[in-house]
Amino acid sequence: MTSLRSSSPPVTPVDELESLARRARRLILQSVHTAGAGHIGGPLSVADILVSLYFNELNIDPANPADPERDRFILSKGHSSIALYTVLALRGYFPVDELATFDAIDSRLQGHPDVTKLPGLDMSTGSLGQGLSPGLGMALGARLRGSDFHTWVVLGDGEIQEGQIWEAAFVAARYRLANLTAILDSNGLPQFGWPIDTGYTRERPIDDPAGKFRAFGWNVVECDGHDMASLLDAYAAAKAHTEGPTCIVAHTVKGKGVSFMEGDFKWHAQVPTPDELERAFAELADPEVSI
Amino acid sequence: MITTAREVAMRDAWGEGLVELGSRYDSLVVLDGDLANSTKADMFAAAHPDRFFEMGIAEQNMLGVAAGLATTGYVPWISTFAAFLAKRALDQIRVVIAQPGLNVKMCGSYSGILTGKTGKTHQAVEDISVFRAMPHVVTIAPADAVELRAAMAAMMEDERPTYLRLTRDASPIITDADRGFDIGKGYLLREGSDVGIISTGVQTVRALEAADMLESAHISAAVLHLPTIKPLDVDAIVTIAQQTGAIVTAEDHTILGGLGGAVAEVLGEHAPTRMRRVGLQDTFGESGPNDAILEKYGLTARHVAVAAEELLALRSQDARR
Repeated sequence: MTSLRSSSPPVTPVDELESLARRARRLILQSVHTAGAGHIGGPLSVADILVSLYFNELNIDPANPADPERDRFILSKGHSSIALYTVLALRGYFPVDELATFDAIDSRLQGHPDVTKLPGLDMSTGSLGQGLSPGLGMALGARLRGSDFHTWVVLGDGEIQEGQIWEAAFVAARYRLANLTAILDSNGLPQFGWPIDTGYTRERPIDDPAGKFRAFGWNVVECDGHDMASLLDAYAAAKAHTEGPTCIVAHTVKGKGVSFMEGDFKWHAQVPTPDELERAFAELADPEVSI
Repeated sequence: MITTAREVAMRDAWGEGLVELGSRYDSLVVLDGDLANSTKADMFAAAHPDRFFEMGIAEQNMLGVAAGLATTGYVPWISTFAAFLAKRALDQIRVVIAQPGLNVKMCGSYSGILTGKTGKTHQAVEDISVFRAMPHVVTIAPADAVELRAAMAAMMEDERPTYLRLTRDASPIITDADRGFDIGKGYLLREGSDVGIISTGVQTVRALEAADMLESAHISAAVLHLPTIKPLDVDAIVTIAQQTGAIVTAEDHTILGGLGGAVAEVLGEHAPTRMRRVGLQDTFGESGPNDAILEKYGLTARHVAVAAEELLALRSQDARR
């Protein structure tokens, strides 16, 4: 079939992607600090996934965000919205300065993504476990229209505790939707965790997510969710699989990029103080790009 | 008049309507929750198999898939029971259909309390309240199979997310096939001066029967049928209240937040009027034959007529004061 696409994704060198990811992390921290509210841990764990997708994989055009042939993207873990807004701004959907309005009244950058407010979003999310199903619908729609766009859905490993994820998983496999890829931001750190005899544990929300997606009939690819080359290889493997949907299990670290935030549940949704912001910026410094 | 009317089941008309609209609109697709032979979506599956998608017994996913399909230019019609649609998948409807305003036609078969001896789990007696409280969602409850077909045609020409309330069993045809259907419009089916009966869905059949009963008792009852509950025809409600001075509502649904609640809200603000609400009195249902259910839960034509008589007695007392 002839491609209906009007554009093609950019090819961004790995070192540039890494630099963009450092800048995205600084902007995430700055935005949450400015807003005085927002999540930190999840946005930092998903930052490399989003940068690599938007700068090297998604066939989208910021000047034409409603192009019917564009690739679709859904951030199912909607509480990491600031990471998506940051990457959309860097990609040219809106001015980076607008990130300062995050969470403010009348802002297009809602606490959780609102598809009716911000061009570039493909679905409203925020209630966990809901993003994969609309992605499945978009992939079905593409097949029915004869369009070759691809649909990408980023899931959190906490939200796959929701039953709806597994409803979508079995249906997507049944329809062999090779034009649908889920990326699991597998940071292994839920907000509260499970009670155990000695208190409670924050071990990963669901054991062996790769095995579970495989059991539901999905192709599964595992990768290092903070290694750009590893992520790009995983995207290529997902696109190369033509028998059905692929789940990329991206192994990540909550709070990635800031030593005192990494793996610490306290930074799930905590606002950094000016001092913490300064220390974080020092760790994320990039001489080639200024914030 | 009503006792001699032809009886047709809404689900049969719905299945036929889907087939016909599916031929006219390439954009129409149907998603089913493994109930197509109950809802009669199987007629569409046979006629347009490429646009029929079985989603299995997984309503939450089904509504999300519908939202995704709607963003790619299709108009999904949902085939399941009202109970599982309005409640099982409620947060999904709210987050990915209602708030984004996506064009999904959510059809709740087996709505109300007359659900074919299935009982409390399969009865949907809160669905109107639920969708009335949901911004953006048009809510339609036709009185019969003829009005249903007209409503379906109107829905395809409208781009708003819509909840369509259907009844399982055959019921008399009481509407005019040539009338058409304007979303948001109430229809005065019978003129009257002493009391106004406002009804929706199949309870309009009972409302008309009640008006007949009242006529034999020399009481002139008007019947206003509201097939669209949201947006509500406020002007029609205020007019019938001002013309009659006494209002009875009739619905196969809880009186809390349903049609009765909606009418009370309108009259409370615009035209305070003595009223009675005939419907489920804050209770769950049970399984049983339709006639027995209507009798036990106070939903027969007689219950509507008695409510009207009591209301008129109260009004006489008001006048004597």
